[in-house]
Amino acid sequence: MAEGSADGASADDMQQPADFVFDAASEAEIAGIIAKYPPGRQMSAVIPVLYVAQQQMARHTASAWVPRAAMDAVARRLSMAPIRVYEVATFYTMFHTRPIGRFHLQVCTTTPCWLRGSDAVTAACRAATGIEGWGETSADGMFTMTEVECLGGCVNAPILQVDDDFYEDMDAARTEALLAALRRGERPDPGSMAGRQGSAPEGGPMTLIGDAAGPAE
Amino acid sequence: MAKVTVDGITVEVPAGSNVLQACEAAGKEIPRFCYHDRLSVAGNCRMCLVEIEKAPPKPISSCSYPVADGMVVHTDSPMVRKARRGVMEFLLINHPLDCPICDQGGECDLQDQAVGYGVDHSRYAENKRAVKDKYLGPLVKTVMTRCIHCTRCIRFAAEIAGVEELGATSRGEGMEVGTYVEKALSSELSGCLIDICPVGALTSKPYAFVARPWELRKTDSVDVLDAVGASIRIDARGPEVLRILPRINDDVNEEWLGDKSRFAIDGLKRRRLDACWVRRDGQLHRATWAEAFDAIATRLDGMRGERIGAIAGNLADAESMLALKDLMATLGSANLDCRQDGSAIDASRRDFYTFNTSIAGIEEADAVLLIGSNPRREAPLINARLRKRWLQTNGALKIGAIGPQADLTYPVQTLGDSPALLTALRDGAQPFAEVLRKAAKPMLIVGQGALLRPDGAAVLAAAWQLAQASGMLGAEWHGFNVLHTAAARVAALDLGFLPGPRGRTFAGMMSGGVDLLWLLGADEFDTGRIGRETFVVYQGHHGDRGAARADVILPGAAYTEKNGTYVNTEGRVQRGFAAVAPPGEARADWTILRAFSERLGRRLPYDGIEALRARMEQLNPVFARLDVSPRFGATDPTGPEAGDIALSDTGFVYAVANYYQTDPISRASPTMTQCTEIYRPTLAVAAE
Repeated sequence: MAEGSADGASADDMQQPADFVFDAASEAEIAGIIAKYPPGRQMSAVIPVLYVAQQQMARHTASAWVPRAAMDAVARRLSMAPIRVYEVATFYTMFHTRPIGRFHLQVCTTTPCWLRGSDAVTAACRAATGIEGWGETSADGMFTMTEVECLGGCVNAPILQVDDDFYEDMDAARTEALLAALRRGERPDPGSMAGRQGSAPEGGPMTLIGDAAGPAE
Repeated sequence: MAKVTVDGITVEVPAGSNVLQACEAAGKEIPRFCYHDRLSVAGNCRMCLVEIEKAPPKPISSCSYPVADGMVVHTDSPMVRKARRGVMEFLLINHPLDCPICDQGGECDLQDQAVGYGVDHSRYAENKRAVKDKYLGPLVKTVMTRCIHCTRCIRFAAEIAGVEELGATSRGEGMEVGTYVEKALSSELSGCLIDICPVGALTSKPYAFVARPWELRKTDSVDVLDAVGASIRIDARGPEVLRILPRINDDVNEEWLGDKSRFAIDGLKRRRLDACWVRRDGQLHRATWAEAFDAIATRLDGMRGERIGAIAGNLADAESMLALKDLMATLGSANLDCRQDGSAIDASRRDFYTFNTSIAGIEEADAVLLIGSNPRREAPLINARLRKRWLQTNGALKIGAIGPQADLTYPVQTLGDSPALLTALRDGAQPFAEVLRKAAKPMLIVGQGALLRPDGAAVLAAAWQLAQASGMLGAEWHGFNVLHTAAARVAALDLGFLPGPRGRTFAGMMSGGVDLLWLLGADEFDTGRIGRETFVVYQGHHGDRGAARADVILPGAAYTEKNGTYVNTEGRVQRGFAAVAPPGEARADWTILRAFSERLGRRLPYDGIEALRARMEQLNPVFARLDVSPRFGATDPTGPEAGDIALSDTGFVYAVANYYQTDPISRASPTMTQCTEIYRPTLAVAAE
């Protein structure tokens, strides 16, 4: 989905905070990021610093997004024109230029996940959150659901990405349980929900079991 | 140099050129949208595809591919044609094809190139993408659905104009060009966006739906709304000037034009003086030419020459100033002045009052000092050159300024605003003096803000001494520059439109210093200073300050309505040509003076403009050298007179507070009034 229209001025001006100041934790992180680049090339840090700003918003408002004031703060911090920051922030779908729910549900619906039942995951998300369409936020502000393209986890399809974590081998029941846990404030361990190790076969290893025997002489 | 063969034609081009330039050199036109000579290369429109032998076997964008010796290029092979057709088809997927209601129609690159590479039908049944129009201020109208994302405007704003405010936000089909946060583009060159936009996405707001290009009568002329003398083309239909566009002139304006020069033309239709007026019993009454001349002649009858004075305004052409000077001479008056702002100019030598480095010469400078000058407001095109030079040197060009802090679109080291800095720099007591001394080609620019003060003469002399002490006055390099704001000023000084022997200066003619004052379009002073009993003749084209005080008004012609000679701040003599006829009874100014001299029985000795110009050349040979670059080194180190008043401590104030309204034409212009309302806050901030 197109993350934030280019029309920054008209939409949801009400939600835009009047100002944005980096807190101490963010400042410490930014200093570390800028130090990676040669002096005078601090503009190269724009993507990680935008991410710091987004994380700070998540900490303070429980919604991981970059308001315009934050983009301006990034521009000031890196001595670059604000428009150059707007360009970057609107280009990458990982940056949200308008508020999102506390948990960002990203359902992969590309062919492998779809064949393995991403429709059921989507339906379960809808039922559990009351969200109707892609890109919407639930009425309680807890969840935003977006459709994403291949997350590269096809071996454990279907995938539901929550914020930065992959939950794999999903089905309707597991999705329901996961969302219920999130509501309770828990963060289940990411990874396969079917209990397999990494991408190993279900039910344990199938090869290289028993003693290693060389070929018959 | 690299030898390149383009379609069988072998040309030699400098190494480092791109293939597109090589093709141009071979006379092969390459279609393009994103590529522009004066902007950085983006290579994103893909229209300039060519085939190059022994290169990767695919169409190659010629604008972003460097030439190599022995390269063989094909610009019209089946592969090239097919590729360009494909690009054009893609560009047209989302283009609305609304040419009949588009202002770019008839001068649109996309339209022209679609004739060559477009197909006659579309294979796309899907809905076209629609993009919301953006607000970019009162001058540029946007229809963003037409945008083909060439990014020329983004690069122009960032590189030439120096205001990084335009960008491309979002991605893919959602990509939009705009400012993201709605704001008027804060550049004095925003009109150039209209010229560089290859489609109808950015068009002129005041000119919207006014005319088609093929209806217009095009006249080459010279801009007079600042002292740069930019080359312009006046587009007119019938009696009306509809628009003004820049002409390419690498020595002066390259291909840019300031917004005032481009958009103030709606002022040419408002507050015009189109008939004679004579004041009787405190009221102005319409009159015929004969009645108006009679009124003046009656008043002049028996008046001694020394009680008569004349002031030339900022927009006057050289011909009319000479005619007025000659008329005053026949009346026995030496009371002439062109410095209605009271600026201290030493006209004893030409290099004391011209921009000697020349505008193109800025591109050789390696250190610049601005003295009481804000070129962004006084001459945006010179400011653009300074910025260009700063970019050329990768930011190594050191620019210092004496005057209030200002945003000039490039970094400037503000040294302070006190004139005392001039002596400190001369004596090496200021750190910036070292920068100037170490530079191979340093230059300084004295603005009018530094000269229109009581101690102006001392400032000018101090600036010259500083130039001398910093090695600016070489045999090959003249780094002493005066930046004027009035288009007529240098011509007036060249003609000696200055107080003659025992003549009164501008100040001397105020407060009853003369009994009859002839104002040739002089509006830039407080007319309340004129003595109550002084009889004022105003000859000009706009009902502005001067006309309001006048006892007799003689309607003259504006610069678009007369053939005239103008000398820009460099001392470059240029000719403007009449594009339309003056309105109503108005006449070209020199003919009015010539006719009046006949009424007085003191006929001026020229019957045609040729004879008048011959007299001009006779008076000062510079008028014979049209359009040539007046560059020369400094030959005489003697400086200008310092005057009686010593340098004061008062800080410099810039001469132009509001770029958009500086003369009767731009003050009468609704567009410029709108700009003033929108941009004045910005200007106020910049002035702080």
